Amino acid sequence: MKTLKIDELSKNFGTTEVLRKINLEIDEGNFLVLLGPSGCGKSTLLNIIAGLETINEGNVYIDDYNVSKVEPKDRNIAMVFQSYALYPSMNVRENMIFGLKQAKVSKEKIEEQLQKVSKFLQVDALLERKPSQLSGGQRQRVAIGRALVREPRIFLFDEPLSNLDAKLRVEMRREIKKLHQQLKTTVVYVTHDQTEAMSLGTNIAIMNHGVIQQNDTPENIYNKPSNTFVADFIGSPSMNLIKGNLKQSSNQISFIANGSNFEIPINGYDLKEKSNLEDKEVFFGIRPEHIFFKKSNEGDFEINLRADLSEYIGHEQIMTFDYENQEVLAKFPSTIKIELSKNTKLYFDLTQISLFDAKTEERI
Amino acid sequence: MQDKTHSSYKQLEQRSKYTNMFLRWFLYFVLIVFAFYFIFPLYVMVVTSLKTMEEIRQGTLLTWPSGLNFDSWAVAWGGRGYGAGDTFLKPYFWNSIKMVVPAVFFSTFIGAMTGYVLTKWRFKGDQWVFLFLLFGCFIPFQAILLPMARTLGVLGISNSVVGLVLVHTVYGIPFTTLFFRNYYVSVPTELVKAARIDGAGFFKIFFKILLPISAPIIVVTVIWQFTQIWNDFLFGSTFSFGEAAPIQVALNNMVLSSTSVKEYNVDMASAIIAGIPTLIVYVLAGKYFIRGLTSGAVKG
Repeated sequence: MKTLKIDELSKNFGTTEVLRKINLEIDEGNFLVLLGPSGCGKSTLLNIIAGLETINEGNVYIDDYNVSKVEPKDRNIAMVFQSYALYPSMNVRENMIFGLKQAKVSKEKIEEQLQKVSKFLQVDALLERKPSQLSGGQRQRVAIGRALVREPRIFLFDEPLSNLDAKLRVEMRREIKKLHQQLKTTVVYVTHDQTEAMSLGTNIAIMNHGVIQQNDTPENIYNKPSNTFVADFIGSPSMNLIKGNLKQSSNQISFIANGSNFEIPINGYDLKEKSNLEDKEVFFGIRPEHIFFKKSNEGDFEINLRADLSEYIGHEQIMTFDYENQEVLAKFPSTIKIELSKNTKLYFDLTQISLFDAKTEERI
Repeated sequence: MQDKTHSSYKQLEQRSKYTNMFLRWFLYFVLIVFAFYFIFPLYVMVVTSLKTMEEIRQGTLLTWPSGLNFDSWAVAWGGRGYGAGDTFLKPYFWNSIKMVVPAVFFSTFIGAMTGYVLTKWRFKGDQWVFLFLLFGCFIPFQAILLPMARTLGVLGISNSVVGLVLVHTVYGIPFTTLFFRNYYVSVPTELVKAARIDGAGFFKIFFKILLPISAPIIVVTVIWQFTQIWNDFLFGSTFSFGEAAPIQVALNNMVLSSTSVKEYNVDMASAIIAGIPTLIVYVLAGKYFIRGLTSGAVKG
């Protein structure tokens, strides 16, 4: 049984296609993050799961039950919004029990739930306050509490941390993580922040233009991006994508960057398809953090590149190198001194590379 | 940079001080002049209403009355007590109250409803509905007098307070909708979504979530509608006459139809009586008025 299953789902707003043939499945207790740039359809997808938006095609199943035409309140879900959406005229207590009252739950049960959740979230001292008298973090907690008292099957979070300042955001992120560890409720969480996605999710679905680009564990998203969009979207700075061709000889496959005749051997790379490789146009992908200044692994590949630019950011520095007129970024500890406009010896960790077909932009 | 010595800075400082002082006094002067300009007619009205006819004939407009003489107020409110031809405000005042209270209530309530629907329950073509409603704000009322008279006739409520309530409600809706729509636009739609997930329906969301936070805009709308309807003369004089007339029509009849001597003191007292309710509403709710007018534009 899948806690949530989305089957061939499509959604249009007029003639604009917002979601295209979305397929998703979540197991009980998992934390799925929908990640993507603004306008990619992730919030629409969440609203559809909640039942706040209608569907054009496809179905949504919760616990194998088709809820596509079921009212939001009957879907056994709860949602936390970006603006918290606490009812301004009600105090914290009324806010938290509003849903239960609508559902005609008995007074004793409501009181019991309220006590349990408000203690758990440490808002029991705030019950008589109005939302306007709470700090950002407290509002956030009350909003989560309002969702918790309903004991939903699925928690939906719509960018719940975007309105907080940087410091509080990191704190609340940890609290949400703890919460999920303790409660083990299934979560669908929308964000455009890759750090949030990476640190919270057990699964991340990266979306762009209404299509899921990759749905995988955070490790696989980072290490084995399935196309250039994912490679580019995850990581800061993002993965270097160097354009060039493959060269195949008897027992050797190598990569040659455009305009260069220098061969980088890629025998160790796990190719999906081993035929038709000769002269194939590809992107050679390597993350800035996998380029080293000192040889650190036996397999590291030595290469000479000209340093063009240095960006100092405290704990590290980001260097821009020139590789036959293509920019290559690398991340080093800030203690290393590199002279600009000079060739520098660098080491590529070839076990961490990705290769993409230049035409389809898919991983090969 | 110019090389300025210490003393020249001193001079500049002095000069800017004098300029500021002059501007400040000029500002006060202008404000005082305007304050006089606006208060003057009211002064004349109040003073004249407290004089006897004898005093009015002998003194000037500005002369202070000899004493507090409320006779003309009593006449304006309750009449002289002799039969035919004695027009006084009391019955018409209550006509106006009977007209203005339901009309303000219904137009405000319906405006709140439409504003709620147009912002939180968007539907296909809702911008067009809003546009046509806005149109209602710009239609000159003279243009709809004949069709409205016909409508009231068909409904059998012409020359009645009920008819006037209907007219004022209908022609208030464009304005009240505009007010409420602009207010609700700034209320996050996520509130409605959250309430829907919590299981609240259309009316519950309106009454439990939105209406409790609408106090500022309700005050604005009530003041606006009350002033409009209370001060209306056109609809009142067209759709009612005699017993059913609202106070503004009665005031006009009283002032214009006196056959013998013009009793300025009674006229002035009547005019003040007719203006008092709007003043009361404004004084009671005025501080919310400005707050409510700007609350749509600036998030607080």
